[in-house]
Amino acid sequence: MSQAAEILIAASLAVGGVFGLVGSYGLIKLPNLVMRLHAPTKATTLGVGGVLIASMLHSWFALGRFSVHELLITMFLFLTAPVTAHFIAKAHIHRRLSARDLPAPQVDRGWATLERPEDGSPDGDPGEKAEGAQPGGGN
Amino acid sequence: MRLIRALFPHPTLSLLLTAVWVAMANTFTINSLVLGAMLGVAIPIFTRAYWPDRPRLRSPLRVAEYAAVVLWDIVMANIAVARLVLFRRNADLRPAWIAVPLDLRHPEAITALAGTITMTPGTVSCDVSSEGRALLVHCLHAPDPDAVRDEIKQRYERRLMEIFE
Amino acid sequence: MIALALDFAFACFGAAMLMNMWVVAAGRTVEDRILALDTMVINAIALLILHGIWAGTAVFFEAAMIIAMLGFVSTVAYARFILRGNIIE
Repeated sequence: MSQAAEILIAASLAVGGVFGLVGSYGLIKLPNLVMRLHAPTKATTLGVGGVLIASMLHSWFALGRFSVHELLITMFLFLTAPVTAHFIAKAHIHRRLSARDLPAPQVDRGWATLERPEDGSPDGDPGEKAEGAQPGGGN
Repeated sequence: MRLIRALFPHPTLSLLLTAVWVAMANTFTINSLVLGAMLGVAIPIFTRAYWPDRPRLRSPLRVAEYAAVVLWDIVMANIAVARLVLFRRNADLRPAWIAVPLDLRHPEAITALAGTITMTPGTVSCDVSSEGRALLVHCLHAPDPDAVRDEIKQRYERRLMEIFE
Repeated sequence: MIALALDFAFACFGAAMLMNMWVVAAGRTVEDRILALDTMVINAIALLILHGIWAGTAVFFEAAMIIAMLGFVSTVAYARFILRGNIIE
């Protein structure tokens, strides 16, 4: 294995490790939940991305096997990280926040998660609310 | 022509499924290619009912350009967020909620935009409005929320408009 | 040099895992704990891939893929349960 390949693999391992650590550290350090949401969704995807790239390079240069399936995990995480973040944010809005904490959407009545059915019962028919209210809001 | 349309309801999806299968098998042989192609034909036909009026993608080149821009921004976003987490005291951070009015109408396009916003600099998309015409976005550190909103509209929504509408 | 970088990455993700565990155990809200569990799943994938590099095999890839998929589905299910009180309506 050439020196350059070795340096490249070690560098992506180190970068991945640092970002993974920062992501989890942010989870402890930041003061409220919506802010904490930023750290893991971003830093950890690059953390795992670095490790997966290192794994790919390692099997090319050290083991002599051409390998791309690590890219699939990276792609999968890139696609799923926004969805989980969106769901956790919705759960947080549902439980802790009210319309007063958020800016008005200006064009519509309000935010989908905070919508209540017309009759005023707190949990009317939940299915109706979900299907009509959020075209492609990430779920 | 109609036969081709019936066999390949979503040509892009067929290609993507084949590519994913070949990558999964991790060997580029005729075996994995044929099996992948079979899956690529079968899965779109069987899941056809779940994809009603899907918007057409305008041009593959623009999709590639968008993907490159987003990938670059993901790397930059990671560095920016890591620096904020490590080197700023919590008291110095200026978090902000912003409402982004949308010009996009297709649910698929709005989903793509929401995903992009979550993956890029210091912003997470948290909710859509009741009629799906605005996105609620949270910024980790935004001294000037209006600038962030304009950048989202300029950089990502304009490109998605060109791809989807 | 790769061995050294591997040790460093193992240490980083191990420490990250411990921090997540702390949040899961002592988090202030339920949403916090879900978020910590989700991060923990991602860190577990990284550790598994690191172990694969260390052992020089690709057999751990499938395990990592399955953990990624199950982790995603369980996070969504958990968040949805909190949001709506049930998962499949």
